[in-house]
Amino acid sequence: MRQGILNDDSLTFAEKIISIRADGAEKIHRPGDITVLPVDLAMAQDSTGPLAIKVFGEMGVPRVWDPSKIHLVIDHSFPAPDEKVANLHHLMREFVKKYGVRLVEGSISHQHLLENHVVPGMVLFGADSHTCQAGAVGAFATGIGSSEMAAVWASGKLWVKVPESIKVNLTGQFKKGVFARDIVSHFIGTVGEDGGNYRSIEWKGPAVKDLSIASRACISNNSMECGCKLSIFEVDASTQEYFRSKNRKSMYEIHAGSKASYKDEYDIDIGKIVPEVAEPGNVDKVKEVGEVEGTPVDQAFIGSSTNGRYEDLVVAAKILKGHKVKTGTRCVITPASKSVFEQAIKNGLAEIFLQSGAVFTNATCGACVGTHLGVLGENEVCISSSPRNYIGRMGAITSKIYLSSPATAAASAIEGKIADPRRYL
Amino acid sequence: MTSPSVLKGRTWVWPDDVNTDIIIPFRFKARTNDPVEMAKYAMYGFDPEFYKKVKAGDLFVAGKNFGGGSSREQAPVAIKYSNVAAVIAESFARIFYRNCFAIGLPALEVPGISKQVKQFDEIEINLQDWSVTTRDGGVHPAVKVPEFLRGLMREGGLVEYYKRHHNFPWETLETKAVAR
Repeated sequence: MRQGILNDDSLTFAEKIISIRADGAEKIHRPGDITVLPVDLAMAQDSTGPLAIKVFGEMGVPRVWDPSKIHLVIDHSFPAPDEKVANLHHLMREFVKKYGVRLVEGSISHQHLLENHVVPGMVLFGADSHTCQAGAVGAFATGIGSSEMAAVWASGKLWVKVPESIKVNLTGQFKKGVFARDIVSHFIGTVGEDGGNYRSIEWKGPAVKDLSIASRACISNNSMECGCKLSIFEVDASTQEYFRSKNRKSMYEIHAGSKASYKDEYDIDIGKIVPEVAEPGNVDKVKEVGEVEGTPVDQAFIGSSTNGRYEDLVVAAKILKGHKVKTGTRCVITPASKSVFEQAIKNGLAEIFLQSGAVFTNATCGACVGTHLGVLGENEVCISSSPRNYIGRMGAITSKIYLSSPATAAASAIEGKIADPRRYL
Repeated sequence: MTSPSVLKGRTWVWPDDVNTDIIIPFRFKARTNDPVEMAKYAMYGFDPEFYKKVKAGDLFVAGKNFGGGSSREQAPVAIKYSNVAAVIAESFARIFYRNCFAIGLPALEVPGISKQVKQFDEIEINLQDWSVTTRDGGVHPAVKVPEFLRGLMREGGLVEYYKRHHNFPWETLETKAVAR
């Protein structure tokens, strides 16, 4: 039956992967169907894991289903900025000792999992909304809450509803100063904050081959900001090369059928996209950089699971090299993982950042979540490559966050106001 | 704990796109594992004093996409432990909606409801019929939800369900097509 489903030309990626991976794989599931998936990897982090641990204890489950498939990641506030956070981190380490599950400290979960564990065709649930990042390499990956995570730890399974799908056809070539983040921002601005709610997004078209795995990860990660359940790049030659280099094998390489039916279809000509900025308060208030240029900023943040990868830091370094961060403005640069951090030091990026006057921190979610390493005070303004600009996200509820690519954030750090990165590239 | 089948209460009316950062900011929820403490920060992004103003049995009525953004279960937990009895919205963000059932907080999706209700209206929710009765007597059916999820909600969420049944509601589920 599995082979038949794999070859079925009428199925979307979501229909296909759920039908193949569902218990028994005995039938084809269509949007709206509810079924149960066995889980290959379960992740919780330091702001969802402690609650899952509490719930797991209250359920009274004696053991976890498979400790090798459960990852606890301390990333959001690492290392602990205060005693209260430290106590919750301690709770996680104690759980790791008791149940033998995996512990990761000091890399952002999504980047760590992509670098080390995710493979195409796997089923990954994470107690973190940006878990959908792993769709960048053709995995079923989506976010859940803490209680459902505790249920996964207990049983290794979880219910899913088959989502409807959206197709985005990417064509054209990047113009100077435009990056993956600008594409996904443009898309969110088009469909709105809930434009992908309950849906699976498939990124297709001739321009996909030009996107690095890191750029696809940025797009899949940030797609969450329109509410999607999955955000998928099918396996192609780049994906295969990525996993060959890491010596990891696919579980399934799933391709949507040519006759699959989509709820909506969008065409994006990358050549027409310019640097994009989302105005404070809502992720879908997306403007061209020229419309907000000149807005003074107190801080520029380059980092997060959306845009803290090596290729992001390379662009930031290219812009900052030979320049100084404007006096009165802070520039905080935070890598997404330990390996990104190491690479940035080894290849001289760290030196460029420090010479520019930026702060270069350890790998963590950092300023994005407003607990440490760049918290905003009353009425402060930040331009940030992180995913969210909601009220109080990075600190005081009167502070304001503009979202952009790392390039736009770096250019803005130099000028102390929102700036067009194309002048520096 | 089993929920009563009719909930009556006064409403707090919220706009479209209320995200989980507004419902409980990260910096508070990341520093406690105590639901009573979380409730002190409920709706902080709109009103840091909300927890002093809310009364037991109050109901939320929101616009579209309530609970968007982060997966944080602390958001519905903060609402539940503020003693808000149920959340009604034009639509919910996916993870928030799942979390409501997982923790036993009634969440009803009722298209058009935000235009039918004003702040502090007295309204009624029937969890048996899965409908909302507004002040003018109008009955508004909520979007249907699979029975296993309503059962989970009635039993008070996953902890209570597991303690009683020693399994999870979907483990005994016949996989089948549903309306939506």
